Amino acid sequence: MPFIPHTANDVQQMLAEIDSPSIESLFDEIPKNLRKELSTKIPEGLSELAVVKLMREYAEQDVSSLCFIGAGAYEHYIPAAVWDIVGRGEYMTAYTPYQAEASQGTLQLLYEYQTMMASLTGMDVSNASMYDGASALAEAVLMAVRANRQTKSRRILVPKTLHPYYREVISTIVTPQQIELVDLPYSFTEGNTPLESLNALGDTDIAALIIPQPNFFGILEEVDQLTDWAHRKGALVIAVVNPLALALFKEPGKWGETGADIVCGEAQPLGVPLASGGPYVGFMCCKEAYVRQMPGRIVGKTVDLDGKPGFALTLQAREQHIRRSKATSNICTNQGLLVTAVTIYLSLMGAEGLRQVAINCHENTRKLFNKITKIPGILPVFNRPYFHEILVRTEKKAADILLALSRLGIEGGYATSVHYPELGECLLICATETKSERDLEVFCEAVKRCYISENSCASV
Amino acid sequence: MTILDLENKTIFEYSQQGRNAGAQLLGTLGDSSDLPAALLRSSKPLLPETSELDVVRHYTRLSQKNFSIDTHFYPLGSCTMKYNPRAAHRIASMPGFLQRHPLAQEIHSQGFLACLYDFQEILIEVTGMAGVSLTPMAGAQGEFAGVAMIRAYHLARGDHERDEILVPDAAHGTNPASAVMCGFKVREIPTKADGDMDFEELKKAVGPKTAGIMLTNPSTLGVFERHIEDIAQLVHQAGGLLYYDGANLNAILGKVRPGDMGFDIMHINLHKTFATPHGGGGPGSGPVAVSKRVEPFLPAPIVGKKGDSYVWLDKDNRPQTIGRLSTFMGNAGILLRAYIYARLLGREGLKRVAEYATLNANYLMIRLKKAGFTLAFPARRASHEFILTLSKEEKQFGVTAMDIAKRLLDYGFHAPTTYFPLLIPECLLIEPTETESKQTLDGFACAMIAILKEATTNPDQLKKAPYHQPVRRLDDVKAARELNLVWRDSKQNLKGEETKQ
Repeated sequence: MPFIPHTANDVQQMLAEIDSPSIESLFDEIPKNLRKELSTKIPEGLSELAVVKLMREYAEQDVSSLCFIGAGAYEHYIPAAVWDIVGRGEYMTAYTPYQAEASQGTLQLLYEYQTMMASLTGMDVSNASMYDGASALAEAVLMAVRANRQTKSRRILVPKTLHPYYREVISTIVTPQQIELVDLPYSFTEGNTPLESLNALGDTDIAALIIPQPNFFGILEEVDQLTDWAHRKGALVIAVVNPLALALFKEPGKWGETGADIVCGEAQPLGVPLASGGPYVGFMCCKEAYVRQMPGRIVGKTVDLDGKPGFALTLQAREQHIRRSKATSNICTNQGLLVTAVTIYLSLMGAEGLRQVAINCHENTRKLFNKITKIPGILPVFNRPYFHEILVRTEKKAADILLALSRLGIEGGYATSVHYPELGECLLICATETKSERDLEVFCEAVKRCYISENSCASV
Repeated sequence: MTILDLENKTIFEYSQQGRNAGAQLLGTLGDSSDLPAALLRSSKPLLPETSELDVVRHYTRLSQKNFSIDTHFYPLGSCTMKYNPRAAHRIASMPGFLQRHPLAQEIHSQGFLACLYDFQEILIEVTGMAGVSLTPMAGAQGEFAGVAMIRAYHLARGDHERDEILVPDAAHGTNPASAVMCGFKVREIPTKADGDMDFEELKKAVGPKTAGIMLTNPSTLGVFERHIEDIAQLVHQAGGLLYYDGANLNAILGKVRPGDMGFDIMHINLHKTFATPHGGGGPGSGPVAVSKRVEPFLPAPIVGKKGDSYVWLDKDNRPQTIGRLSTFMGNAGILLRAYIYARLLGREGLKRVAEYATLNANYLMIRLKKAGFTLAFPARRASHEFILTLSKEEKQFGVTAMDIAKRLLDYGFHAPTTYFPLLIPECLLIEPTETESKQTLDGFACAMIAILKEATTNPDQLKKAPYHQPVRRLDDVKAARELNLVWRDSKQNLKGEETKQ
C-alpha cells in the first residue's frame, strides 16, 4: 500500500470503533447490481524504482539537442533558485488560500505577483492568474463584453495575426454565449494588421478589439493607431502580450492616447519550463474601472484584529463559490504554483535582467534571420520590425524540412501552412537568449544540408 | 529595523538602487537599435532590485507562513488534500519531459504521447466510459467541456429546444456557473433531509427542456445518492444526459463506476483523486470522460495510436469536437504526475484509495459524534467525507463553524471546509483522506474535543481565534472596500519611474 499508513491493528481498532465488520461493509449504501471491480486492463502497482526506470525510458525518447520552435511557448534559461524554492512543500502542497491566516505566504506572494504584472503591463490591477494564455484571452473577451457599457454589441474583432490556437480556444469558450468573433485580415507582405482593414468595417458596433503584440508571426503591430481606432469606435482594447517582451516594448497601458483596457497573455516565458505545453500560467490585468468584471482570484492587502497588515482573497462576490450561476466566470483554480515561479523569476531578474534577456532574444533572432535567409531557397516573408520570431518562406515543404532536422536532433521551427495556406510553405523560427553563435551556425548548416541535398528532405 | 518589520516586508522593500542578482545578468547586451522608438518602453517596470540571497531568503520565509499537506493535516472537505508523492514530481521533472516543446515533431514526442495514451486507457477503465480527453486544465474547465458536449450532442441531433441544466442545491458553485457559461439556464433541485435528492421534485422538473443534469456522487453532502438508477432512467427517458462531477471519484474507485451508474459525461479532478499537488491554488487538471454517443464531441486534441506510433488527433481527424480548450495540451506536466501516481498504485492501490478514505471518514465521524458533535446525516454512512453542523453550539454559545475552524489552526490543524454545502447551517465538511494515520485522526479528534470544551467555558476567546498564526483574523470588509491590490511606494508610482532607455 504505497501511501496508506494503516497497520492491521489500526484497521481492527477503527472498525471496532465504528462497529462495522469490515471495510467492505462501509460501501453498503451502493446498490449491489452497480458494483464493479477494476479489470486487469489497469496494471499492477510498481515500486518507485520501477516507475523511475519505466519513465526514464519514455523521457529519453523525447530529448532533442536544439530547439528553435516558439509559436507561443519559449525556451528561456530558468535560474536554479526558481524551482528550488517553488518545489518547497509549503508552496507545492498548500491549498487555495481561503484560510488566510494559515496562508499568508501564498497570499503575499500573489500580491507581489499582481504588483509586478500590473507594472509590466502598465495596468492598475492584476488578478492572481488564469489557466494559460489562450484561456486567459477567452476570459478577457467575456469580460470585455460585460464591461463595455458604451455598446450592447457582442462582436469582437480578432486579427488573423493572433496565434491560431488562441483563436480556436476563444471560439470554443465564448461562442456558446452568442459572442460573434470577426476575423481581421492581415497584410501578406507586412505581416501586420493594417488600419485600412479596420476602416473597411464602417459603422459596425464593436465590443472589443484584440491586439497581439508581438503577433503570431513575431511582427510588431502598430499598437498606438489600433488602440486609438478602437477607442474612437467605443470598443475596448484587449492586449495579448508576451510579458518578457514588455521589458523592452511599450507597455499596453501606454498604447495610444489612453492605453489598452485589458491585458492578458501567457507568462510561461517568465520561469516556466516548456514541459510539453503545461502547466503554464495565463495572466490578466486591467484598468481599475473594470476590476469588478475581472474573473479569477484577486488578493488584497488589509489588516488583522490587531491592526497588523495582512493579505486575503478579496472581491470574492464575483466568484462561483459565492455567486454560483451569476459569477463572472466558472473559474475556480488559478495556476498558483506557476505564479510562484514567475514571481521568483521576476524578482531575480529585475528590470535590467529581464531587459537583457529580451534584447538578447531579439539579437539572436536577427542573427538567425540574416544567416538563414542567405541559404538559397529560403526567403524573408515580411518586411517589418519583429521581436524574437520570424517567418521564412521555403521552396521545399516546410514539414519535410522539420522532419529531416528532427532526425538530426533539432527542432527546427513551426510549419505554418496548415493555418496560413495563403502564405505557402513557411517556417516560423525563434532564437531566444539560450542560443549561442555556434547553435545558430549548427542550425543553419543543418538546414543547408537538408536543403541542398539532391533528394527530398524527408530522405536526409 | 526590527525582526517584525522584516517579517512584513514585501520584496519591493528590499530594493536598493543598483543592486541585482548578478549571476542572472547576461553580461553582453545585444543590439536593439533597429527597433522603432515609438514601440519601445520608456519607463522601467517596478521589479525588485535585490540580491539572489534576498530573493531566496524572502520567498523561503514566506513559504514558512503557509500551511501545507507536507507540514499539516488538512481535512478540507471536497478538496482531497492527501499526500502528493514526491516521486511524481521528481519523475515528471526529468529533462526529457521538461524540455520538450509542445509543438515538437512526433519523433520527439513518442515517450510523452505513450504516457498520455496509457493514461487515457486507465481513466477509461476507472470511469467505465468509452473515451477520454485530457486537455481541460481544471475541474471547472472539465465541467465547461462537459456541458459544451451536452450542448453539441443535442444540436447535432437537431434538438434545439433543450435550454435547461438541472443542478442539485448541494452542488459545487462551479456546476451552475459552468452551465451558464455554455448558454444554459439553471434549475435547482432540492435535497431531502436524508441527503438524497428529492426525486418527486426532480420528476416535476424533468421534461422536453432538460438538456441534462449535473450530479456529484457521493454528493457534496458526503453520502451516496441511493436512487441514482431511477434518476438516470428518468433523465434519459426525457432525452437528457447525465453529467458526473468527479470531485468525489476517490470515494468510489474500484467500487462502482460512473459509466455503470448511467452517466454520459464526467470530469476527473486529477489534483484530488490522483494526488497531484494543489500548488497553493493550482494547477489543477480536469480530464473529461464520455460514453460512446458523446465521444465524437470530446475536446481536442486527444492521443491516438497508429500502428506502433502515437499521434495527435485534432479537429482534422475529429470534425465534431467542441474544439480546443488550451493553447497546447492542457496541464501536460500534471497529466504525467497523475499517470505516475496511477502506475505506483496500480489496480489494487486505486481500490484501496476508496477503501481507506472511507474507513478514515467513518472512523473520524463516529469519534466526533461520540464526543458530542452533531452529524448532518446521522443515519447515513459517510463516504470519504462527512458533515458536522454546529447550529446547536451557535445558538447555545454564539460560537460559529468559522470560529472553530480558526481555532483549529492554533492547534496545528488546517480547518475543514466551512459553510459548504450552503444548505447545511454552520457546517464543517471534513475529509481526512486515506493517507492519514489513525494517530493523526485521533489527534484531530482531541483538538476538536478541546475546542468544544472552550466553546462552553470561554466562547469569547474562540471568537477571536486564531492567536498563534502570522496574522490574526483579517478584515475582509476593509480588503474589499479599500482595494489595495498592488504595492505602491510614496517615492515610486505604480507605473515606475520615468527613465531613459
